[in-house]
Amino acid sequence: MFAYLVRRLLYTLPILIGVNVITFALFFVVNTPDDMARMQLGTKRVTPEAIERWKVERGYDKPLFFNAGVSGTARVTDTIFFEKSVRMFAFDFGRAEDGRDIAREIRMRMGPSLSIAIPTFLLGLFVTVSFALMLVFFRATPLDFWGVVLCVAMMSISSLFYIIGGQWLISKVWHLVPISGYDGGLDAPRFLILPVILGVISGIGSSTRWYRTIFLEEISRDYVRTARAKGLSELVVLFRHVLKNAMIPILTGVVVVIPMLFMGSLIIESFFGIPGLGSYTIDAIQSQDFAVVRAMVFIGSVLYIIGLIATDISYTLVDPRVRLQ
Amino acid sequence: MIEHGFEPVVLWTDALFFALLVAMAGGLWHAWRSPPLRAQWQKVTGRATGMSAIVVLLAFLVIGVLDSLHFRAALAPTENTSQTVYSTEVNSVLDLLLARQRQENERTYSAPLATHAYVKDTIELPGGGQAREYPRLRYGGAGLGEGGDAHREDVLERVAIGIGLGAAASVAALVLVGAGVGGPLTLLRGRTRLAWRAAWVTFSIIALVTGVLYSLAQGYHVFGTDKVGQDVLVLTLKSVRTALMIGTLTTLVTLPIAIALGIMAGYFGGWVDDVIQYIYTVLNSIPGVLLIAAAVLMMQVFIELHPEWFSTAAARSDARLLALCVILGMTSWTGLCRLLRGETLKLRELEYVQAARAFAVPTPKILLRHILPNLMHIVLIALVMDFSGLVLAEAVLSYVGIGVDPTMASFGTMINAARMELARDPMVWWSLAAAFVFMFVLVLAANLLADVVRDAFDPRAG
Repeated sequence: MFAYLVRRLLYTLPILIGVNVITFALFFVVNTPDDMARMQLGTKRVTPEAIERWKVERGYDKPLFFNAGVSGTARVTDTIFFEKSVRMFAFDFGRAEDGRDIAREIRMRMGPSLSIAIPTFLLGLFVTVSFALMLVFFRATPLDFWGVVLCVAMMSISSLFYIIGGQWLISKVWHLVPISGYDGGLDAPRFLILPVILGVISGIGSSTRWYRTIFLEEISRDYVRTARAKGLSELVVLFRHVLKNAMIPILTGVVVVIPMLFMGSLIIESFFGIPGLGSYTIDAIQSQDFAVVRAMVFIGSVLYIIGLIATDISYTLVDPRVRLQ
Repeated sequence: MIEHGFEPVVLWTDALFFALLVAMAGGLWHAWRSPPLRAQWQKVTGRATGMSAIVVLLAFLVIGVLDSLHFRAALAPTENTSQTVYSTEVNSVLDLLLARQRQENERTYSAPLATHAYVKDTIELPGGGQAREYPRLRYGGAGLGEGGDAHREDVLERVAIGIGLGAAASVAALVLVGAGVGGPLTLLRGRTRLAWRAAWVTFSIIALVTGVLYSLAQGYHVFGTDKVGQDVLVLTLKSVRTALMIGTLTTLVTLPIAIALGIMAGYFGGWVDDVIQYIYTVLNSIPGVLLIAAAVLMMQVFIELHPEWFSTAAARSDARLLALCVILGMTSWTGLCRLLRGETLKLRELEYVQAARAFAVPTPKILLRHILPNLMHIVLIALVMDFSGLVLAEAVLSYVGIGVDPTMASFGTMINAARMELARDPMVWWSLAAAFVFMFVLVLAANLLADVVRDAFDPRAG
């Protein structure tokens, strides 16, 4: 197990390097630092001096990969690639356009982001798995049929409409919770409850259908027939046997959701004005702050890889047959 | 609009879109000639949901095609030049059909079918002096006179005319299609091999809705107007093309990459497999939306810094739409690639492939004749399943500001604009509702078709 983890962690290194090279190529090969400076300073009436000053201030005046002007290791380290990419591995992201330290900003915004993402994720999992189990329990009845119809209808609605509709109905018409904003401490739940609920609702359609398929596949197995033959009630069969054995496909599906969690909270955070990583990213995209976007891409892939490893570990917890070697 | 002639304009997305339609027609022709494929498609068209979804999607496709036939109208000739000068504005055939609705711009918001504006304004009274009142719209219900009397009767009359038109089209379809399947009565009883009755019912609903919308649109803004007084119906119809383009052209980018790499990884194994797996793991581990954001951001900078590449505003926003499709495609091929790799791994061990190899059939021929055709069902299923997801993704991306050009009509830009309108008091709800309804119908039809296609083509399901 330990050796496996070490090997997995070592395996993530080439992947992270790949991510880094891709984003580097995206940001510095398609457009030169000169182009970026011109965008930031405004395309009209920008002097070469201003561009040069902008580049020096942010460290974009160096060569991309190889600095022939200096000697020793500085030839490699005194370049844009080293300064802006290699340092990310030490979680040193540099400064944003407004001069703030990106790493510090990320640390501050992680709390609000997690306080939305984790409840949404857990509650969503609970609601969709229960709903799917219910549909399977009543399979081949009108309830199952209309449940599936409802799921297809729900997954055909853009998540934007859930958010807009929910915000309008619950905050504006019923005045139950504040329309947007965030506050730490005991006040936080008041601001978080609506985004969490809307996040859960917007995921119900597709997830429920997915889990229902898994459960239906599992229910046609021999062991289920045996369990029924023993005289166990359908509820016991479903909860004790089917749910347990469907854990592996469920967990695999959950990993797929982790990056989506990021995307989902991206929109939800900006809608509700929650100062988390998602709204930070959107603000950065809209103000074309390249350093922040690159840092977020890097963080996002680190999270994804951690999620993958966590899934592998959780396999061993739910299924003793799985051995990680 | 085109009194003096016109010059056809083929934008990049138009060309690709029509190429895709031709390819789709070719695929259907091929399926028609091959009995097993025809049987599978008959399973799709034999189901009521499948047939209804196809009819709805075809209706959207018609709008998309009409909006993809672009041209530049010639300007009125002047005395001192004999040369024809073309307008810098690129229009489509759909614009031509909606010319009236496009020109009749109000000052600002007006509710659906309204005759008066939505907000009070200071107007000059006829007898001198001023008053705060809801001003009369310039075009909405213009035939009713100054006071907008008999508004209700006029609307009802137009609805009746529209229903009449729709019913006529519905009856015509019943007679025409009925003649092909053994009489209208056979069709109505549902005793046909394909689900023609469902198709006819769906067509009739579309015809009635279209008839009513058409009839009302001659005198009113059916879905109201937006902040700058544009007709919301026009915006909604124009958004359909954007959604279709994103949904279809993206797969055009995805398919060759996914198929080529998936087959190579599965068939050759070894280091080829390792390299390809590495590439898609790397791409997969970047959260899609962030990769898209980064790429679109770069594209945006590139387009803004090279204005000389694009002769018209349409060409510019078209380039951005195409770039978005390419970027979405580059980030979404990994799933399909992995599926194809797994299936190829299975196929290469089957007897007939082994036999072909033993007979020293060249590898490209094996891949083309034996592997590829046996993967096509997965490709088709992935294709229809991805479509709805892409349409939804476009709305989210445009909302975030990294989607299509802000000047291009799309569901995302409409929703984005609507966000401000919801905060107004009284609330402006109609553009949001229009975007919601059209998007919902489109995505629902795509999802239903995807289900039916999967059932028909997935060998495991049978």
